[in-house]
Amino acid sequence: MKNRRSQAAWAALFLAPSAIPLALFTLWPMVSSIRISFERWNLISAPVFVGPANYVKLLTSPLTAEVFGHTLAYVLGYLPLVYVGGLALALALNAKLPARAFFRAIYFLPVVTSWVVVALVWKWLLNPSNGIVNALLGAVGLPQPGWWTDPNWAMASVVLASAWKDLGFVMVILLAGLQAIPGDVLEAARIDGASTWRTFRHVTLPMLTPSTFFVVVISLIKGFQGFDQVDVMKGGGRQGSSQVAVEQIYDLTFRYGRAGEAAALSWLLFGVILIITAIQLWGQRKWVHYA
Amino acid sequence: MVAGAIVMMFPFLWTVITSITPNGSLSGGPTLFVEHPTLDAYGTLFARLPMARIVLNSLFVALVSTGLQLLTGSMAGYAFARLDFPGKPLVFGLYLATMMIPLQVLVVPLFIEFRDWQLQDTLFALIAPTVASAFGVFLLRQAIQAVPRELDEAATIDGAGHLRIFARIILPLVRPELATVGIFGFMASWNSFLWPLVVIRSPELQTLPLGLATLQGQFTTRWDVVMAGSVVSILPMALVYLLAQRHVIAGVAHTGLK
Repeated sequence: MKNRRSQAAWAALFLAPSAIPLALFTLWPMVSSIRISFERWNLISAPVFVGPANYVKLLTSPLTAEVFGHTLAYVLGYLPLVYVGGLALALALNAKLPARAFFRAIYFLPVVTSWVVVALVWKWLLNPSNGIVNALLGAVGLPQPGWWTDPNWAMASVVLASAWKDLGFVMVILLAGLQAIPGDVLEAARIDGASTWRTFRHVTLPMLTPSTFFVVVISLIKGFQGFDQVDVMKGGGRQGSSQVAVEQIYDLTFRYGRAGEAAALSWLLFGVILIITAIQLWGQRKWVHYA
Repeated sequence: MVAGAIVMMFPFLWTVITSITPNGSLSGGPTLFVEHPTLDAYGTLFARLPMARIVLNSLFVALVSTGLQLLTGSMAGYAFARLDFPGKPLVFGLYLATMMIPLQVLVVPLFIEFRDWQLQDTLFALIAPTVASAFGVFLLRQAIQAVPRELDEAATIDGAGHLRIFARIILPLVRPELATVGIFGFMASWNSFLWPLVVIRSPELQTLPLGLATLQGQFTTRWDVVMAGSVVSILPMALVYLLAQRHVIAGVAHTGLK
């Protein structure tokens, strides 16, 4: 009995250093955020309870659909790019290659670089007037887009920069998946006379679906939470073709003093992410093969 | 593969080249071989921004936050893996729940909290919300559970208490997981942008990402200076990465295999 009590006391001691900050800086703000989402508040005067008005306003505003549309466009451009690129790299690295660790380290370097730096470097590479990319395009006679200064190209610029940064991450996940495929399965396919393409299509790809699933789920979550790269790369006004949900949350709070709407939007965003993730978890049994 | 590596490395290379190209010859874009390399851009950078201070802030915040995350995470991991206490599943569930709440939901109330305490615009505000990470707790709990209990029991018979068992037996055995949590913690802090942007106002309290974003606003046409700032910001992180490269990649690959 004494031992149980003393264990509980020790547990309290061991848990306190993490429980207190998590309660203060995660759980409590979360509860306040729910409360604020039902208020009209400019951060200065006293908040006014308005019920679900903020949610109604957001759900009926065309701007909300637009902002989520931009995010969706980003994810749809970004995902195929990093997946195909990451898979190609993982396949190449999975072959017995000299200096494999070296190449893997190089491809991974952008992953540890901050979004702000990535965005700045790509803004310079994609500079419409004296950037290297347009210089190369011009040299071979191709049109030179205005990239991040052109509303039609702004999101494409963000997609390029983001794909470059995350390619190494996707590569490492897929490489781990490839290495987990038992050698005798591939061996069996080869002995049965399957071509390289057929082995890839009918053995490797199906056995890689758990890793693929992980990449898709994580990319969608990160895509919807994206802020840094879009915010830094943005040319011209903020209400451009690339305004995404988190920027809208920031602007509503700190530019327009509409904290209630911002809090409501953050919960809508969280809801959208939850729904998308739930749909994927539900849909995975149709295409993900667990060994 | 080699061609791919060159393409992937090119943006880094270009950043360095631009940073040492004389400003006057940038109008047509820099060239691969800089005729008169110069460190002028770095001089301008350090003269116009409290750059040394910004680098120190970033280092200080990242190191303190990572160190505390390791301490709080391994302690909580020990409690969940080894100690019995009432309401354990509920408490653990709450920890996991905090992992699902994105920063975007928290950022507004968190700002208000620090403003009400009159602690906004301090390094404390940058560090405090990051001293405990539920992800770290979870990872370390898994690792500690995998340590054979016989080791603790033998130590208990020898008269060791929980503190001794934790510090002398458990911690040395979960070093790889500590490395993973530490590297992720350091990266997250070093690269974080949204929270510093919200809570920091004073230029001398900025961290690197925030400083760089400000710099770009001020020097819209001085790409050599902006790229010099990027180099300063990449170097320390790249160094940490190259030293711990195996752990970083193993850690990422591991999270994907669960």
